[in-house]
Amino acid sequence: MLTKRIIPCLDIKDGRTVKGVNFENIRDAGDPIELGALYAAQGADELVFLDITATNERRKTLSELVTRIAKHVNIPFTVGGGISSVEDVNVLLQSGADKISVNTSAFKRPELVDELAREFGSQCVVLAIDTRFEDGDWYVYLNGGRVKTEVKAYDWAKEAVGRGAGEILLTSMNNDGTKQGFALDITGKLSQNLNVPVIASGGAGTMDHFMDVFETAQADAALAASIFHYKEIEIPALKTYLYQRGLNIRF
Amino acid sequence: MKTVIIKYNAGNIRSVLFALDRLGVEGVVTDNPEEIKAADKVIFPGVGEASSAMRYLQERKLDQLITGLKQPVLGICLGMQLMCKHSEENDTNCLGIFDVEVKRFQSPVDNLLKIPQIGWNNITGLYCTMFEHVPENSYMYFVHSYYAALSPYTVATTNYVINYSAALQKDNFYAVQFHPEKSAGEGQKILENFLKL
Repeated sequence: MLTKRIIPCLDIKDGRTVKGVNFENIRDAGDPIELGALYAAQGADELVFLDITATNERRKTLSELVTRIAKHVNIPFTVGGGISSVEDVNVLLQSGADKISVNTSAFKRPELVDELAREFGSQCVVLAIDTRFEDGDWYVYLNGGRVKTEVKAYDWAKEAVGRGAGEILLTSMNNDGTKQGFALDITGKLSQNLNVPVIASGGAGTMDHFMDVFETAQADAALAASIFHYKEIEIPALKTYLYQRGLNIRF
Repeated sequence: MKTVIIKYNAGNIRSVLFALDRLGVEGVVTDNPEEIKAADKVIFPGVGEASSAMRYLQERKLDQLITGLKQPVLGICLGMQLMCKHSEENDTNCLGIFDVEVKRFQSPVDNLLKIPQIGWNNITGLYCTMFEHVPENSYMYFVHSYYAALSPYTVATTNYVINYSAALQKDNFYAVQFHPEKSAGEGQKILENFLKL
């Protein structure tokens, strides 16, 4: 049976992990490779690296970092952040990334999704959506949640899947950082109506929250950052907890 | 010992190289027929589309070369599917090493099946030296929309709506649908076993 996936997310700036404190087992908690390898050893099913560097040097730094990650990490990983062209993606995949995620650039020019799927296959194209619930529905936000659009998250997800997106990474801005649980309604709506996997993101605070998003919302994967980085929840304990409650989990 | 990775228009070659590197083996990526023939081990990887991959191989006569190899050959993902007889992906005639049909996953009428299958799934019925010291039900990382049907060559089975071949073997030809290079410690063990054949 296909398992539910647990995915730690690492924010990267200038080649370093932004949030990474308090790990006894690694020498340098700011080193994305060490942190990524530690999560892989603990049983993480995949990793997501989100580059938030804004400088012109970022492209070269990022591809070098991706190569170093691919050398040391023996599980699949996704790279996202500021990717806007076939050439960007080609460089990252050639460097050893398994998937890439696109967000604002794909919304502004949806043909990008078609181009990436045609060139590299749907399996490596992850569409990331930041969404906020207001006025009775979930709307797409761009530029890291700073710019509102009038498009509903479900409609954009459906269109992108039609264009060839192979997976949806859905972040609820209402839930992100609250530790009150994932957005079960919109995650469930996407997961139960689209024929691609949905990764739920935003709001994880307890192990039960993961149980809820897998069981109630039928998410295929759940992503979290700070609760793993600050060791509020440790991956082996989380996987054991979910397994004991009947979910298919990899050990 | 020399390990070559066949170079063609398919992805994930870099990941295979890195996985070999983690095992202390330097792989050589090449489409040079003499170099491939002279290697001790040949890896035939691939993420991509079947018909364009077959066309590329045929144009360079790599199709005949691969079927005639005598040393251990390991097909991975699309590489495995191309070693079968025929694929439903754009109705493609493949290399025919395994007399096996490659089909597309189909959603059952009452259930939405997510295609491609992306993620970790378990392998059972392990019956091959590739799987020495790899426990039954080990989880491997799969990314695919097409699958090789069960056959007399099946040496590992996985279920995604139906049971299908997670691995095939015939004589010196080995093949896995999953990505051992991305499947953590157990995947690494399979690559290590293959390199020791």
